[in-house]
Amino acid sequence: MNVFRFAAPQVFYPLAGRLAPWFAAAAVVLAVAGLYVGFAVAPTDFQQGEVYRIIFIHVPAAWMAMFVYLVMAGYAFLTLVFRSRLSGMMSQALAPTGAIMCAISLWTGAIWGKPTWGTYWVWDARLTSTLILLFLYLGYMALIAAIEDPRRADRAGALLLLVGVVNVPIIYFSVQWWNTLHQGASVSLAAAPRMAATMLTGMLLMALAAWMYAIAAALHRVRSIILERERHSRWVRQMLA
Amino acid sequence: MTELGTIGWALRRDLRLALRRPSDGLNVLGFFVLASSMFPLAVGPQREWLQRIGPGVIWVAALLAVMLALPRLFEHDHADGTLDGMVASGRSLSLIAAGKLLAAWLVTGLPLLLVAPLLALAFSLPAEAVPVLLGSLLLGTPILLGLGAVAGALTLGLKAGPVLLTLLCLPLYVPVLVFGAGAVEAQAAGLSPYAHLALLGAGMLFVALLAPPAAAQALRISVE
Repeated sequence: MNVFRFAAPQVFYPLAGRLAPWFAAAAVVLAVAGLYVGFAVAPTDFQQGEVYRIIFIHVPAAWMAMFVYLVMAGYAFLTLVFRSRLSGMMSQALAPTGAIMCAISLWTGAIWGKPTWGTYWVWDARLTSTLILLFLYLGYMALIAAIEDPRRADRAGALLLLVGVVNVPIIYFSVQWWNTLHQGASVSLAAAPRMAATMLTGMLLMALAAWMYAIAAALHRVRSIILERERHSRWVRQMLA
Repeated sequence: MTELGTIGWALRRDLRLALRRPSDGLNVLGFFVLASSMFPLAVGPQREWLQRIGPGVIWVAALLAVMLALPRLFEHDHADGTLDGMVASGRSLSLIAAGKLLAAWLVTGLPLLLVAPLLALAFSLPAEAVPVLLGSLLLGTPILLGLGAVAGALTLGLKAGPVLLTLLCLPLYVPVLVFGAGAVEAQAAGLSPYAHLALLGAGMLFVALLAPPAAAQALRISVE
């Protein structure tokens, strides 16, 4: 079987439609299990009390925020090199999910920071680079939205993603250096105590749930994008007729 | 035409155009000075405060001034069709972009460097911080222009162009700002600025190598 035939939108559309509910179901099951382990089974942290439980949402969201950007950059490479249409649509479909994950990780981090650090926001290297990552997502989405021709939007977005992905490690490194230069590291996650096994289980379940959700959401969204782009093509007309 | 010839042709052409429309470059310079001058009025004239915020303010103002110059980089050529000619000419678009970037730096980057010592005086920066400020601007402004050229080429001809350009550029500018202002602050604090400057220099070389082909690719995407 030639997997490349799935790069054709009209082949991928029904496939995504078949797969998306499975990933969505897996996301729900894993999230329920992860939240149960996180909120009912995992012990209370002896330093932070109950507040630490927000990491079951915070850490998976932060992981996804970074990972989705990398995946988008991978699709961007395919768009520019092979000029495949589907890869551009996939980047576009993933962007809102990545941005949402970024926002969730910043938001939950702020809620966690208030009782733990005594402030909603510190200019910690991780926080700052996540904020900048959110801006990168928003910039990508704004560029895509501003260009009417979808082919140009795909390729322009792809180039921006590649420039961005080269920059992300530099941004992280520079922000870290800037932070240590300005002030001693007031908070360090690296110094956190080792996690109990149940906490780790809960977090991994939630991370898997975030993965499944991201895949399901992207597949669902890419179907809408395919329909919108291909609305004048014969197969869409036949399907909708 | 040789490679250098192509760069030189684009450089001379853009310089000549800039000389015939000097207000473009001067406006950017005026913005740089005015924007920096707003800060003492906002935070108060205390000498130690100004010294403290000076490097950061001058760098942010330089960054915004460069960004102000970005839309013009390709827009005139796009509007009058010259850009289509350049793409179709068979000459390397990367080299043309390199020449244009060089011209843009001479018209917008270099004047910022010339005025920066005056601003350093206005913020009462110590005298030994001035060469570091100039060095960081010398190495940093080409990075700003190079990254901005890619973003400018991508947003070419879009209605939302200028605002969008800001949104695209600012996150990418973070490292330049950190290392640029960091170099001056390190010097002012009695530390060595060379690590910051070395990183800026590395970034400048990286951008000098990659920005012209990336901008050329972006121009092709936008013009095709």
